[in-house]
Amino acid sequence: MVAEPPAGLSRELIAMRAARELEPGSVVNLGIGLPTLVAGFVEPSDGILFQAENGILGYAGVSESDFDSDLINAGGQPVDLVPGASFFDTAESFAMIRGGHIDAAVLGGLQVSARGDLANWYVPARGGGSVGGAMDLAVGARKLIVAMAHVTRDGEPRIVESCDYPLTAERCVDVIISDLAVIDVRVDGLVLRETAPGISAEQVAQWTAAPLLIPDVVPEMAL
Amino acid sequence: MPAQRFDSPDDAVADIRDGATILVGGFVSAGTPSNLIMALKRSGRRGLTAVANNIGLGDLLDELCEHRQLDRVIGTFAIRASGARTSRFETQYRAGEAALELVPQGTLIERLRAGGAGLGGVLTKTGLGTMMAEGKQVLELDGEQWLLERPLRGDAALLKAWRADTLGNLQYRLAGKNFNPVMATAADLVIVEVEEIVEAGGIPPEQVGTPAVYVDRIVQCEPMAVRWEG
Repeated sequence: MVAEPPAGLSRELIAMRAARELEPGSVVNLGIGLPTLVAGFVEPSDGILFQAENGILGYAGVSESDFDSDLINAGGQPVDLVPGASFFDTAESFAMIRGGHIDAAVLGGLQVSARGDLANWYVPARGGGSVGGAMDLAVGARKLIVAMAHVTRDGEPRIVESCDYPLTAERCVDVIISDLAVIDVRVDGLVLRETAPGISAEQVAQWTAAPLLIPDVVPEMAL
Repeated sequence: MPAQRFDSPDDAVADIRDGATILVGGFVSAGTPSNLIMALKRSGRRGLTAVANNIGLGDLLDELCEHRQLDRVIGTFAIRASGARTSRFETQYRAGEAALELVPQGTLIERLRAGGAGLGGVLTKTGLGTMMAEGKQVLELDGEQWLLERPLRGDAALLKAWRADTLGNLQYRLAGKNFNPVMATAADLVIVEVEEIVEAGGIPPEQVGTPAVYVDRIVQCEPMAVRWEG
């Protein structure tokens, strides 16, 4: 019998926790999928500018107003703008990204390795893949936060000794925020920083397929 | 020389040849030349290579797969992670009937920029240590590794702007720029669909997003709304 992973945070709560990781006043790119939800959990007073790689600096989350086909984020969703927003072309957008002008990116993940390699663009069972801006963001963002489910639907840990999915970039991940834990990727390895409410450090370690350093005191996430 | 004004998108694309490489501007629904894409579909040209950010995400580029007009796509987003919905392109790719060269988005735009700006290539860290580096040259300069990416050009570019003037200067709207301005520099024949054509001087010079020098043909079309429903 295969053990079931414990029930952790919802996608929304993972996004909420990821939003807390962002510095006030920083410039942040959000990947497609779960990371998109992060925009809904920052306050205008935080002064965070979201960059969309299709050419917007300063969008304010998904818009409920009329759809304008020329005003979308990188996930194709309609967005509103904040005062001071700007538009630009793709070359300029990736100059921002590769040139170190993006303070943080939040990306989804398929696998993260013990040394912070990320795999998030190619599911071997499906083939083909879709890379978008993920490789450039993984290389260029000053801080890379990966927001993902800790375990696959089939019960396989996504945090592994070394990725067997094709890589997005090597040694790029700084923080993993999952439904079970917040884990820092440090030079000395993966370090458990916080656990989700009701989840023990031992459970996190059990569902992590890489060495995990567990400090004496691991606080529960404040949500 | 002023841009040539065409009355219909079909006339504007009529001399594109079988086997051509076509740059297609736009990002999902924004700045996407849907009228020109549909005109290319009606032209029946075959054996085409499309260079575009995406195919099969609510864009009409996937329409070119209905009658197998695309042999190859060079792009960043073509296969969805979930198999819930598939595009015609994805089906043909899986059947081995169409090829896909997947390129990181920042690398795709810089390869096009190099192609349009007379540069021999681009050095980037994007793709190092990944499948994207396979078969490519890695250069070590001052102790740092860089991946060499080669220029990319098209025989023709199909682009979308908000307005053109009679010279061919282009003005973009909102996030409609994306790939369009760089693609305008990187093709032998640049064809642009616009919502309105104004007299020269009708676009304030500082709001010109693509100078007329790059633009060969303009055609005024009612924009076709497309949307990615996820």
